[in-house]
Amino acid sequence: MGIEGIGARVARKEDKRFLTGLGRYVDDMVVPGMKHAIFVRSPHAHAAIRSVDTKAAKAMPGVIGVLTGAELKNDGIGNLICGWMIHSKDGTPMKMGAYSALATDRVRYVGEAVAVVVAETRGQARDAAEAVEIDYEEMPAVTDAVEALEKGAPQLHPEAENNLIYDWEIGDASAVDQALDGAAHVTRMKLVNNRLVPNAMEPRAALGHYDMAEDHFTLWTTSQNPHVARLVMSAFYNVAPENKLRVIAPDVGGGFGSKIYVYPEEIVCLWASKKTGVPVKWVADRTESFLTDAHGRDHHTEVSLGFDADNRMVALKVDTIANFGGYMSLFSSCVPTYLYATLLSGQYAIPAIHCNVRAVYTNTAPVDAYRGAGRPEATYLLERTVETAARELGVSPAELRRKNFIREFPYQTPVIMNYDAGDYEASLDAAMREADYAGFPARRDEAKKRGKLRGIGMSCYIEACGIAPSQAVGSLGAGVGLWESAEVRVNAAGTIEVLTGSHSHGQGHETTFAQVVASRFGVPLEQVSIVHGDTDKVQMGMGTYGSRSGAVGASAIVKALDKVEAKAKKIAAHLLEADESDIVIENGEAKVAGTDRTLPWFQVALAAYTAHNLPEGMEPGLKEGAFYDPTNFTFPAGCYIAEVEVDPETGHTDVVQFVASDDFGNIINPLIVEGQVHGGLAQGIGQALLEGCHYDPASGQLVTASYMDYTMPRAGDLPSFQVSTTNTPCPGNPLGVKGCGEAGAIGSPPAIINAITDAIGNNDLSMPATPQKVWAAMRRNQ
Amino acid sequence: MAEISMTVNGRKVTGTVEDRTLLVHFLRENQGLTGTHVGCDTSQCGACVVHLDGKAVKSCTMLAAQASGSQVLTIEGLAESGELHPVQAAFKEHHGLQCGFCTPGMIMAAVDMIRRHPQGLDEKTVRAELEGNICRCTGYHNIVKAVLAASEAMSGKAKAA
Repeated sequence: MGIEGIGARVARKEDKRFLTGLGRYVDDMVVPGMKHAIFVRSPHAHAAIRSVDTKAAKAMPGVIGVLTGAELKNDGIGNLICGWMIHSKDGTPMKMGAYSALATDRVRYVGEAVAVVVAETRGQARDAAEAVEIDYEEMPAVTDAVEALEKGAPQLHPEAENNLIYDWEIGDASAVDQALDGAAHVTRMKLVNNRLVPNAMEPRAALGHYDMAEDHFTLWTTSQNPHVARLVMSAFYNVAPENKLRVIAPDVGGGFGSKIYVYPEEIVCLWASKKTGVPVKWVADRTESFLTDAHGRDHHTEVSLGFDADNRMVALKVDTIANFGGYMSLFSSCVPTYLYATLLSGQYAIPAIHCNVRAVYTNTAPVDAYRGAGRPEATYLLERTVETAARELGVSPAELRRKNFIREFPYQTPVIMNYDAGDYEASLDAAMREADYAGFPARRDEAKKRGKLRGIGMSCYIEACGIAPSQAVGSLGAGVGLWESAEVRVNAAGTIEVLTGSHSHGQGHETTFAQVVASRFGVPLEQVSIVHGDTDKVQMGMGTYGSRSGAVGASAIVKALDKVEAKAKKIAAHLLEADESDIVIENGEAKVAGTDRTLPWFQVALAAYTAHNLPEGMEPGLKEGAFYDPTNFTFPAGCYIAEVEVDPETGHTDVVQFVASDDFGNIINPLIVEGQVHGGLAQGIGQALLEGCHYDPASGQLVTASYMDYTMPRAGDLPSFQVSTTNTPCPGNPLGVKGCGEAGAIGSPPAIINAITDAIGNNDLSMPATPQKVWAAMRRNQ
Repeated sequence: MAEISMTVNGRKVTGTVEDRTLLVHFLRENQGLTGTHVGCDTSQCGACVVHLDGKAVKSCTMLAAQASGSQVLTIEGLAESGELHPVQAAFKEHHGLQCGFCTPGMIMAAVDMIRRHPQGLDEKTVRAELEGNICRCTGYHNIVKAVLAASEAMSGKAKAA
């Protein structure tokens, strides 16, 4: 489709501002009269608040106001919500404890906001925050989800007996038990999916501005979905009605899920701005980010996978305990249920699946969707278990997978999902070729000569993205529809603006979306601008998460383009005195097919706006909007193969080769897709090798609360990746695209752990596989 | 309070700052040069890297007063007469950035790295040298590619000159 259209490897349009230091992030925003907020946070994991005394703090230099939860409540600001209702298997609704933006009577995790100080400078606010006197009565805390369910565990919320939020199930338990009873072999494992901190490089920030003259609020915030933020703050938190609240998410420095949610600080900055009469800016420092950004994963799971005598899978049984932290975050409830258990069939034909999930309160930061959200947890348990089964059965892990692949589509799994298209063998074969799978034994032997233990591990993942058909998710408890919107404005001189409800925080929409438009009309990329991230400019939209911007966001643009094209053709046919059905628009002009009669694109646009000579009855202008609601999820899938070398002296693991073969359907921009895969892989390999969020079990203190303690993947920890794609186009959307943002983080952790356990000959290894853990596992062999 | 003066991106600037003011805050808040970012509190992430008298430093790790009398180059001053510096151009060509937040520090660190390795760079060295710069988006793959490409382009340029 040309050098700039769909499929072209175009360098990004948005790069220049970032490369030259002219990106505009929330912390770069300055509003006249702006002052600075610092939050007073709980130093305790669990405590009753006896009193909050702000008198001394209010007298400190530069202080404009010190506000508490009691005042917030008095002003009618609502509690934070969870937007997805899950019912337990006994039919009762999930048990949600009250979650105030500023705690009033009790704190439930270290870092929970209790009060806010607004002062002339950040330094003054910080000094005054230390002078707020809070009388806490410490209570026993529990940070581990399994322990939180035990008898006698500290209780967090009166609403949730035994800290249990819900006890949910999916699938046919008796069919699964029966099949496992009759199975020729059952592989059983206990697995922990380690808690992670998302760590977008830009810390969260908010700038709230109440304009008294207009009785109007503006919030600049680090959000992946500014419209959802506006809706929630208006409908549930009573900050301001939607028409009096503008939410702007300007350049946002990474999200990975952590910037989906509406956080206490955003609500408080808006409310505090009205309360104090000044614009209020808050910027998290890194430790605040560690303490208060929604964390990810944290599952404890027991799994049983049964095979018949021919090594075909007969049943999968899964029992998971999911740690939700001290409060339910905005979409927390759907992550270990509909984004997790529904993917447990993986790439395999498994006739019977049952999954039970218990969601649990603990004295830790709230947990919600983080890159992959539920799907990495499903993939990890399934791919660790399949690899282990292959070892137990004495068969090749690749061939055991191949034997059990789903081969006919559409395929209805026993856990809701209906896979629309895929070719799992193609990605397996591609990855094995690229990795020179057959040559591994020679490489292992060569490594042995150097004193290194070399291992190989595989993972075949599937995921569901393009979230999601609104009616379907509504029937499953979602509080919102998950369509996307777009508006295509052709200006009078032919340049084009696209207003999208998707939000780019690194994904490159300004380029890929423009490519979709450029492809349609053959106009240069530079004449197409993408507008996003401002509720005053863009119609209601749902934002970017769940790898949905291509499959859902770009589909909305295509729908709007269809309408623009139809009208443009009518205008061109009228001006060229031809039949509408003979008009073709390409290469920047409208022409009558089979003739040399043409009209430049800009003249079509101009004619629409001069309106001097339009078809009878046609309205002037060339601007169309569309809302696109997907008909199904899309199902990217692929095969990852990791090769590692372990130093037997130190337990240190080197990832020496990493091959990713992904099926993302059609691709708009391969350069950008590869970048998404690279980033996902780094986060997945980080989870497998380096990253572990650790709370001290006795005190509930977050031990890993800085980059000195939490091991972020650095350049030296990672190899260059070998990535490639196969293609079965998605039949469910007009571009045939799937989603590529999360795959790397979903597929890579089990490949790494499978490779290390292969290298060391001990399967008992948990993430992150630090040198100490690997060394200890090797010693257990002896 | 401290009276300070320095040259920032070729322009002489002065200011009166609290003694505790960090160089990064002086640049961002007093000078409005918001391209230099703050990504952590422990001098780990490298989003704040600028050049001080020609060498890469983390501007969150020194006081503004310590930089008084020095030549400071920030990301805003790197491109000359509107043309991207070869390192900036390589980051664009090789898609070495996504959200852009770590990018200014990455680029300033890379420019210094290339200067210190006139004989050229290999992947292992680049990865080791990037130890002080964290990126969460790219997995470093394309950053490494971009730095290697820029190193090659710049040594070519140096030879030609």
